[in-house]
Amino acid sequence: MSSTSMKRGTARPLKNYTSFGQSVRNSLTMAYRGLLKIRRTPEQLFDVTFQPIIFTLMFTYIFGGAISGDVQSYLPIIIPGILVQTVITTSIVTGVQLREDMEKGVFDRFKSLPIARIAPLAGALLADTIRYAIATVLTLVMGYIMGYRPEGGLANVAIAALLVIVCSWAISWIFAFFGVIARTASSVQGISMIVLFPLTFLSNAFVPVETMPNWLQWFVNINPISHLVSAVRDLANHGTIGTDVAITLIGAAVIVAVFAPLTVRAYMRRT
Amino acid sequence: MVESKHRQPALDNCEWAVEARGLMKTFGDNRAVDGVDLNVRAGSIYGVLGPNGAGKTTTIRMLATLLRLDAGSARIFGYDVVKEPQIVRQLIGVTGQYASVDESLSATENLVIFSRLLGLGRAESRRKAAELLEEFGLTEAAKRPLKNFSGGMRRRLDLAASLIAQPPLIFLDEPTTGLDPRTRAQMWDTIRRLVKTGSTVLLTTQYLDEADQLADRIAVIDRGRVVAEGTVDELKASVGTSSLHLRVQHAQDTEDARQIVEQVLKVRSNVSAEAGRITAPMADADLVTDLLIALRTRGISLAEISVQKPTLDEVFLTITGQGVQESAPSESEISNRAEGVRA
Repeated sequence: MSSTSMKRGTARPLKNYTSFGQSVRNSLTMAYRGLLKIRRTPEQLFDVTFQPIIFTLMFTYIFGGAISGDVQSYLPIIIPGILVQTVITTSIVTGVQLREDMEKGVFDRFKSLPIARIAPLAGALLADTIRYAIATVLTLVMGYIMGYRPEGGLANVAIAALLVIVCSWAISWIFAFFGVIARTASSVQGISMIVLFPLTFLSNAFVPVETMPNWLQWFVNINPISHLVSAVRDLANHGTIGTDVAITLIGAAVIVAVFAPLTVRAYMRRT
Repeated sequence: MVESKHRQPALDNCEWAVEARGLMKTFGDNRAVDGVDLNVRAGSIYGVLGPNGAGKTTTIRMLATLLRLDAGSARIFGYDVVKEPQIVRQLIGVTGQYASVDESLSATENLVIFSRLLGLGRAESRRKAAELLEEFGLTEAAKRPLKNFSGGMRRRLDLAASLIAQPPLIFLDEPTTGLDPRTRAQMWDTIRRLVKTGSTVLLTTQYLDEADQLADRIAVIDRGRVVAEGTVDELKASVGTSSLHLRVQHAQDTEDARQIVEQVLKVRSNVSAEAGRITAPMADADLVTDLLIALRTRGISLAEISVQKPTLDEVFLTITGQGVQESAPSESEISNRAEGVRA
């Protein structure tokens, strides 16, 4: 070992806290790790590749005739709905993978390093936005192939896509929390599905709210997923930014504000 | 003991790298660590010796801020592991029993990511990674995914990762368990070089041999307690310099042979049930001659006899009065106790 390489590490100033800047840098490095992992194991992108294609085809042709009379006029309703549903479902995988990842020895090293405690979690979640982006693009492309021509224009569709990705990232904190507290990866999947199914199906994503019984309408209307779907429809179909966008963003912020600290605390408490 | 109240004690002058008092950790009903005290002098290699499940890993994990203490206190260079964990993390490197590196990434990627996390710039991280890979003889495998790495390569990479920040204290949890003899010797060389550059090393091991080769001082730990502590020489003196292994041809002679061994060597012996093998610590290899004559006189024929370096078994036999115990007492041990009562 050369003498220059083994200069004592104690010359660095010692401090018992991590600055915000360091937390961000650490999280970005961890996100880079996540991207490298995806590049090394591209098979983990199967779900975000095939799910958008299959779901979009399936739901459009099954429900199209019944709900809107024909497939073509159902597309402006279903594509935003299916987009939200697909991308948010994808975010479950974040929790499952985090659970699997945490069982590996490398997380011990992350814990023993003087880095921000939130970084391994935030980084993993950040890297997964690439998955949401893939799912988003594929769903929209699928819609386009089937004849969906959003009237809001490309720029507004892009904003809508970004909104969906941001919200999925926020929601992935919920699944990350399950990932940290659950004992096995498969139980993460189980709990997450139970949470996700009512949220995505009891919304306006697939059918008009008016067709539902009153008590159900009440829930559907307060469901944040409904607001996200409405926001995406407004943007993509009319090019307008309505109150739903604001409500959705506030909802996303609340989820992160609640679940990020909870998750980090649970993570630190583990073993 | 240096009781430093400064925010930043001069580490080079700090006498103790580790001071632990009454460490305690319970998992369910199992008290894994039961009041462990450790003092590790800065700049030394300290060995924690014990069988599987003795509490070695748990102790290290507590000292490395990976596990909460149930009771007791621990300081690393004067910094409390509970109150100032983030400072402690800046002073330590941890190499776990199971390689704590990223399986799905390459060696270079692993080291670059750890370097970046430790605050090195992009170019600096690349240089550091290349330098460490060279140092640990991993340059050729740098780009391969870790899945194809051998156990020894993984351990070396793991140790390399612990050295990025040049921490003054390095924890090595069973650094050579499962390695072949050649790789083991290489690992030992690396550890020795580390200490030459001024690092303090706290290592755990199951092998007395390893502690003997490396450590300045040793703590023997059993069922969560430190049962012996001292320099290697002190410990060896209590164990004897070598150990006798003996097997008789006819199983019915085992008990007689054992009594002769105990009379001649004036120590307690141990019989392993499965092979009928008698083991006993030996202070003086010369006594073998007397023993062989005594056995011949009694007409006991031997199947096998050897004199070896003491194993952990003998250390335990000597220090705790019984062999290495896993969960339930083995047959040999029960017979051992019965024997003790009769004697």
